[in-house]
Amino acid sequence: MGEEMIKPYGDTLNDGMVQLSFTLPVENSSRAKKAAEIYVSRLNFEDVSVVHARKIADNFTYFVVYARAIPILDYSTVKAPEFKIKPMDFYEINEIIKIKLHRPLTVVGATIGSDAHTVGIDAIINMKGYDQDYGLERYPEINAYNMGAQVPCEELLEKAIDVEADVILISQTVTKKNAHIRNFSEFIKLLEEKNLKSRFLLIAGGPGISNDLALRLGYDAGFGPETRPSQVASFIVTKITEQKSAKRKYDGDPP
Amino acid sequence: MAHIPLNTKQIDRLKQLAKEIADQVQTFISRHSSVSVERTILRLYGVDGVDSERTPLSNKIIDKLKKKSRIKSGVSRFFAGAMLASGRDVQTTAELIDQGKIELDDLSRFSHADILEKEKELAQKAAAALDETRKKKQEKLKKYPSPQQPWRYLIVATGNIYEDRIQAKAAVSAGADVIAVIRSTAQSLLDYVPYGPTTEGFAGTFATQANFKIMRQALDEVSEKEGRYIRLVNYSSGLCMAEIAACAALEDLDILLNDSMYGILFRDINMKRTFIDQYFSRLICSRAKIIINTGEDNYLTTSDAIENAYTVTASQLINEAMAQKALLTADLLGLGHAFEIDPKIENAFLYELAHAQLARQLFPKVPLKYMPPTKYKSTDIFYSHCIDTLFNLASITTEQGIHLAGILTEAIHTPHMQDRYQALCSVNYVFNVARELGKEIEFRKDGFIAKRAQQVLDEVEPFLEKIKEIGLMEAIAQGKFANIRRPVDGGKGLEGVFEKAVDYSNPVMEQLEQEGGIHG
Repeated sequence: MGEEMIKPYGDTLNDGMVQLSFTLPVENSSRAKKAAEIYVSRLNFEDVSVVHARKIADNFTYFVVYARAIPILDYSTVKAPEFKIKPMDFYEINEIIKIKLHRPLTVVGATIGSDAHTVGIDAIINMKGYDQDYGLERYPEINAYNMGAQVPCEELLEKAIDVEADVILISQTVTKKNAHIRNFSEFIKLLEEKNLKSRFLLIAGGPGISNDLALRLGYDAGFGPETRPSQVASFIVTKITEQKSAKRKYDGDPP
Repeated sequence: MAHIPLNTKQIDRLKQLAKEIADQVQTFISRHSSVSVERTILRLYGVDGVDSERTPLSNKIIDKLKKKSRIKSGVSRFFAGAMLASGRDVQTTAELIDQGKIELDDLSRFSHADILEKEKELAQKAAAALDETRKKKQEKLKKYPSPQQPWRYLIVATGNIYEDRIQAKAAVSAGADVIAVIRSTAQSLLDYVPYGPTTEGFAGTFATQANFKIMRQALDEVSEKEGRYIRLVNYSSGLCMAEIAACAALEDLDILLNDSMYGILFRDINMKRTFIDQYFSRLICSRAKIIINTGEDNYLTTSDAIENAYTVTASQLINEAMAQKALLTADLLGLGHAFEIDPKIENAFLYELAHAQLARQLFPKVPLKYMPPTKYKSTDIFYSHCIDTLFNLASITTEQGIHLAGILTEAIHTPHMQDRYQALCSVNYVFNVARELGKEIEFRKDGFIAKRAQQVLDEVEPFLEKIKEIGLMEAIAQGKFANIRRPVDGGKGLEGVFEKAVDYSNPVMEQLEQEGGIHG
């Protein structure tokens, strides 16, 4: 594998062009603009151009800056776990559950902790779905339970056991002071305490979530902003049918 | 003003239906009270403070009364009796009750007439305190004129009231007319009002009386500097609606989020509790001249903004009817709605204009609260900024009252200082260049917008008829609003609801009801 050196692109390959905007806690003045320029150059930029500076409050100035990034990155060395899941649509997903599992899938979802936002969990589970993509409730082969927001971890787990869930979806919108990380970890801890970690497929979601982060926190997958319900459902059926066939090899289940 | 030809007879029928729905609920409300209503009476009588575990005194006294199984008679007469027994001021009396030095339910020493007299005195002082805040605000409005509507409403949400103060002042200098301090997540589920200035919160700052005071003071300073009156908003939904209304009134707040159904639907608070609490809280708002903001915009975050537009209108009509019962005048009715239609839909903007204009014409005198897009906001902040710009145009064109500025980073984080500045750049630009656009517009009689507005009205009518038939509580139980089902006896806070005994008294409520709404 050869090297693949890359830099941000403005209008010419490897020009390194980046746009930045930020606020400094100083009054707008020539000195403030100079400070913005020096600050950006210390971030490893060159040809720094402070194109806009404006007072937005007493003692605060807002800047728009263009600059060329100095570092160059070898793309061939970059690794990130990506879904190797074939995206399927509503009909394909239902069909696979029917043919391969011979029973409906059960999914329980909630926003845990003090987070009151249901926007993420609603987008994935509620009938309506998101961006013209039906929510899991609409799938005839999926029993979906949306417990809403501010659900304590214990309550979510209880429900999941109660309805014999295959999958638990957890959403966190608030990321302030890393509240989402704490909440996600708390649920994993609870599962570990009860020795139930391997019983469910665990999925994390929210604007502060990447697949990489979710895996590190102990989840099976993580979905970020703009995720469609069918993407989540595709992942779920692929994983669960995989698990089933793996199990069959060991247990000698009849086909 | 922009105008859609609408069927006025039908509008009269809708308002009548909403009134009948509110009448049914009011019959229930008047027979019941709740622990939080009783705590509010104590607060209005002047009880303040917390114990070493930070439990408010008002909670402790009501808990005592509950333990003695006397709550059904209401706290007022017992507290009046305790005042006669102590011969001291309100706060000392409350502390003596808490310390167990005065028995709360021992009324045998005093005549019925003496207790009644004391209750009357306490209630008059409470009403006078509410009159005082109203007059203070009116004085300030003479000194610093009110900005023209739509008012530019910006949120702050750092968790630290002192940091919020910096953010708020910055927003005002960029053009904000209204500052809302977002509450810490889940405060609505606390069955008490936290105490003192706070510097830690989750995605928001605790609503406490001390925090209200700190922010109001900061906004007074900035009103002086900017030469226009800056309004302060907080949130009363939850288990302490009336108590927060009392704290807000005592600290001269201008606007409170106060919906008759929001807590039920979105915070799973018991509906009986919510209906009882909202009524008393709204009576307080009415007397103190606090504008209420209702939460219809939230419906569209869980259900489709076109398909379910009629539920927004129906809820506005019900909120209006219930607010009128609580004596709120039109100038205090910030009925809510939102710009939440999927931008991929062709002519989505025409739908938005139709809905916004319909609200304007149905409630011509109220300061409509117009909520920005949130559901289809992208993490591409530049695209989100474009959506907000069209929202701003819809708002100025249809002459909305309270304009919640859309923020380009809505889908990412609670706003940074520069996010507010950029949001206001767009608001200021659009409001200025299109200031009188609405005055130039008449919508075509058989055009898309007029037809759409009429269609919404046509959907509202059978919906309200159905609600009237089954009752509002049953309608909510069946998931008629926001596609969320809430059982009549489910949710949080039901244990704090009780039926009034024959000897129940709430002289504050009685006085506010008897003296009626304050006009002008």
